[in-house]
Amino acid sequence: MSTATDKFVSPRLALSGDVMQMLYRVLAVVLLGVALTTLSDVFLTANNILNVLRQTALLFLMASGLTLVILTAGLDLSIGANVGLSACLAASVIKLTGSPLLGVATGIGCGAAVGFGNGVLVTALRIPSFIATYGMMWMLTGVTYYYMAGETIHGFPPGFRQLGSGYLFGVPTPVYVMVVFLLIGALFAQRTIWGQQIYAIGANPVAARLSGVPVERRLVLVYTVSGAMAGLASLIILARINSAQGDIGEELTLPAIAAVLVGGTSLFGGSGTVAGTLIGALLLTVVLNGMNLLQINSSWQPLATGIIILLAVWIDTRTRRIGEW
Amino acid sequence: MTTQSLVATSLARVPGVVIALVSLCAVFGATNPGFATPANIANILTQSTILLLLALPMTLIIMTEGLDLSIGAVLTFASIILAITALVTESPTLAFLAALVVGLCFGLGNGVLIAVFDIPPFITTLGTLGIAQGLSLVVTDGQSVVGIPRSIEAIYSGTAAGIPLPVIIAALAYTFTYALLYHTRFGTYVFALGGNREALKVAGISVRGMLIRVYMFGGVMAGFAALLMTARLNSAHPTAGIGMEFDAIAAIAVGGTSFERGNGWLLGTLFGVITVGVLRNGLNLLAVPSSAQVACIGALVIIALFIDGLRGEP
Repeated sequence: MSTATDKFVSPRLALSGDVMQMLYRVLAVVLLGVALTTLSDVFLTANNILNVLRQTALLFLMASGLTLVILTAGLDLSIGANVGLSACLAASVIKLTGSPLLGVATGIGCGAAVGFGNGVLVTALRIPSFIATYGMMWMLTGVTYYYMAGETIHGFPPGFRQLGSGYLFGVPTPVYVMVVFLLIGALFAQRTIWGQQIYAIGANPVAARLSGVPVERRLVLVYTVSGAMAGLASLIILARINSAQGDIGEELTLPAIAAVLVGGTSLFGGSGTVAGTLIGALLLTVVLNGMNLLQINSSWQPLATGIIILLAVWIDTRTRRIGEW
Repeated sequence: MTTQSLVATSLARVPGVVIALVSLCAVFGATNPGFATPANIANILTQSTILLLLALPMTLIIMTEGLDLSIGAVLTFASIILAITALVTESPTLAFLAALVVGLCFGLGNGVLIAVFDIPPFITTLGTLGIAQGLSLVVTDGQSVVGIPRSIEAIYSGTAAGIPLPVIIAALAYTFTYALLYHTRFGTYVFALGGNREALKVAGISVRGMLIRVYMFGGVMAGFAALLMTARLNSAHPTAGIGMEFDAIAAIAVGGTSFERGNGWLLGTLFGVITVGVLRNGLNLLAVPSSAQVACIGALVIIALFIDGLRGEP
């Protein structure tokens, strides 16, 4: 039998203990890559690998903020819709002012504001996070569609477009953004007091509160960060596809959740790493890329993502149960 | 709970949802002459029937501290299977049975994943939402299924003794769920699942079996709702029911069922469904685009949950 307290393992210890888990996932990516190389001539080409990395970067950016939320045993179902609203507002601002910088500020600001709203709903109003962010998702979708009224905003300055479609030393710009945020995220989660408090909240909120963790403030922080990361991701999509439509973020929530869970972060909070989420994002992107290359109809993608989520949580539940015995 | 406190809680709740309903009716009645007409009111009631069929089992599911996010996608997939079966076999009965089987399978799948595999309800049903939505797109290739037999359409447009058939179906569903929840042992266990799960275990009741049955009930009702929706649209479309689960959750939240304490109130859900129906209809009459309607319903949910949170304060 376990008690609630031994769920919490020091993140640093958890990291070393999870190295094997991480290696299994890397091995899975490699095996999948080998399989896809034999099945498709296109997979192991420079173009496709760069494309996979670019997609991974986008998914990781959304999933990294979400990782923090899930570490606190919460969930943010609004990130896809948040991407939609942030992208559309940023696009309008860039069109109106001609300033990419203002656009970037708008995108990240809008994302963070929505995330802050989620944080308030979850803490001040004590609404369960999956209900609060689910309601937020539909409200954002509604507002975005209403605002856009079926229109498309397209054609942005070349400088801004570099953010999504540019290259530096032959590597797509988003990959650099991804590496930067991987370092920031990993350092924040593993090496700062706030990061440790986030693990503590997920492992046992009551114990965390009793040991003086400002639970509400940290929760508002993680939802705000999750929103801000969705805002950042929206800018990269915008810069990449060079146009904004109301439905731009619609199909991104499920893959982001899948990336976090496949990356080994427990849905029940308190264990997982930001680096794991990167591997999860890579694994999921390779799966979806492989489905594309094998010319499987894209309609199968939500189905595959749904099954991957269920499998990941099932494995999580099983490991936890074995651990408890 | 004593009779006195039961009356007190009921009184404390009735005003919440009834005030919302009455004030919405007053606002729409005052701003639009077309609102308070018998034809429009009949319209609201008929259109609310599909939502009620989803909200009734969802109330039970939420009472067990669960959630079914997949119910709208399952409704959509069942509707597509219903339409395709009707096209192939030309038998409305077989088509209806096929829709029920689809609903039953998804309900069973949800229940087994939640009760046996211990996967949290919201993530289970988020996964099965993806699966049902994916299957709908795969089967139809994104196209509508049209040309189904006229006899199916009659189920939505027909009347018996002057009352629209969907209203009769919804009334039967409400009566059935009411009897199930308040007058059977099953209903008592549903209350216990949310309020006192340990007591059920001690009493030797299979919690897993109960949970599976509650989610199966949801699936079957989605099958019934698929019949009404297909009949209403006279076709099936792979995105037709997407987001219906949100309207259902909204109706239940407005109706005063708590998401955390397992307190359910079926009559509140009925009022909540009508409130959402009135809101949609009134906004339609004011020519508010459906996108903005979703935002209004979202705001309604947050207000309702806020009030629910205030009530929960000791």
